[in-house]
Amino acid sequence: MSEFRMPSLGADMEAGTLVEWRVRPGDAVRRGDIVALVDTDKAVIEVEIWEDGVVDELLVAAGQKVPVGTPLARLRAAGATPPPPAPAAVAAPRPTEKPGAAPRAAEAAAAPPAPPASAQPPVAPAPIAVEAAAAAAATRRVHATPLARRIAESLGVDVAALEGTGPGGAVTRADVERAASPPRAAVASAALAPPAAELRAARARQAMAAAMARSKREIPHYYLTTRIDLAHALAWLAAENARRALADRLLPAALLLRAVALAAREAPEMNGFFVDGTLRPAACVHLGVGVSLRQGGLVAPTLRDADTKNASVVMRELTDLVARTRAGVLRSSELGDATLTVTNLGDQGAESVHGVIYPPQVALVGFGRIAEQPWAHDGFLGVRPVVVATLAADHRASDGHRGSRFLAAVDRLLQTPEKL
Amino acid sequence: MNREALRAAVLAALGDVAPEAELDRLEPAAELREVLDLDSIDFLRFVQHLAAATGIEVPESDYAQLATLEGVVAYLAARS
Repeated sequence: MSEFRMPSLGADMEAGTLVEWRVRPGDAVRRGDIVALVDTDKAVIEVEIWEDGVVDELLVAAGQKVPVGTPLARLRAAGATPPPPAPAAVAAPRPTEKPGAAPRAAEAAAAPPAPPASAQPPVAPAPIAVEAAAAAAATRRVHATPLARRIAESLGVDVAALEGTGPGGAVTRADVERAASPPRAAVASAALAPPAAELRAARARQAMAAAMARSKREIPHYYLTTRIDLAHALAWLAAENARRALADRLLPAALLLRAVALAAREAPEMNGFFVDGTLRPAACVHLGVGVSLRQGGLVAPTLRDADTKNASVVMRELTDLVARTRAGVLRSSELGDATLTVTNLGDQGAESVHGVIYPPQVALVGFGRIAEQPWAHDGFLGVRPVVVATLAADHRASDGHRGSRFLAAVDRLLQTPEKL
Repeated sequence: MNREALRAAVLAALGDVAPEAELDRLEPAAELREVLDLDSIDFLRFVQHLAAATGIEVPESDYAQLATLEGVVAYLAARS
């Protein structure tokens, strides 16, 4: 028996809204299965489960917002007999927001009669109201894409009221927008009430502000900067892309991420967490990748095990992550446990960026725009494509000497792009 | 494909990459990456969408010719 809890999907997340259950009591689940959709204020996340088992009981109903760590469901080992429901064991989640139409699990938990402890027939436990609510919802169950749901919420559209035109009658983004367009025009004149999209952006901004303020309050940052000559790397990239299929083309970002990942493996004091007053180096390299949203805001999904994947794989995963981050459909495994974050301003950005570390991480690497710069080499002045790489690191975990060695390693690795 | 069909294909590709952009207000000579705030990943996806729609794979060395809507249409028209 174990509990499936509201996961932390980023350092700035304090609570999440359970949007939809993808499983029902009695369903067998396997590690990695997506069991629920959770809205973090920034995005709707597909939440995976991290163990095999059978769903015993759902403890939180769709629509409820609960703090990180709140038990959402109970699991039992596959093949185990479902135990009788024990009201005392049901942790009552404290909704931080109105629970909506769904009955609260706390009330539900008090309701079921306790069966005699001796007799444990392998029948379903007495249904609790959460389950009943799920069943009631199922009778008018609405299929909608996560993107459509998110847009619907921001536009104040009820997806349940829409006729879906997508595959299997799913409500799509277009359906939502069609439904929203007349009222939206009307709202435009009513400047008093800010649209839901703005509220959402404001909430995301607040969450980010809290995490960043905590970082600046608690982490003694130090900053290092180095200019890296990318002439060789970009020449190699151009030649490589000329012979690659369009779908396999690489961008400089893939090389930069690979170089950071490999350098991180050599620098444990840059790759890990600072908890309980000590540095805990990570055994793997999961890179948080800063992705800016066009409507404003920043999300840093995780590119897992970036040190063990070649540049082509990193490129493919990066493209996929960026697209899904902007569409608002990430999985829980892609948020929350990055060991080091990279922010890359891209070729439209400023020359350099000195980042704010995501607690409890201990470093953040920034890359500015790649631009042609004067470059002195062997007594001659030439013009080279140059990127400014910066390191913001936690002085409790490392010092400038170690940080310099780390940036030097990033530079060195970028000089042999074919090995990335 | 004629120019109108190519133009529609370009706008559809831009719409896929930047769904929130107001493409009906896009000036033909506006810098696409600047106006639509496309980063290099967005631009690569745009080129991939163009290839899927028109069959034309633009090499990296020709990216400079894809700076504006009219530039992209002219580039594709010369090759279709």
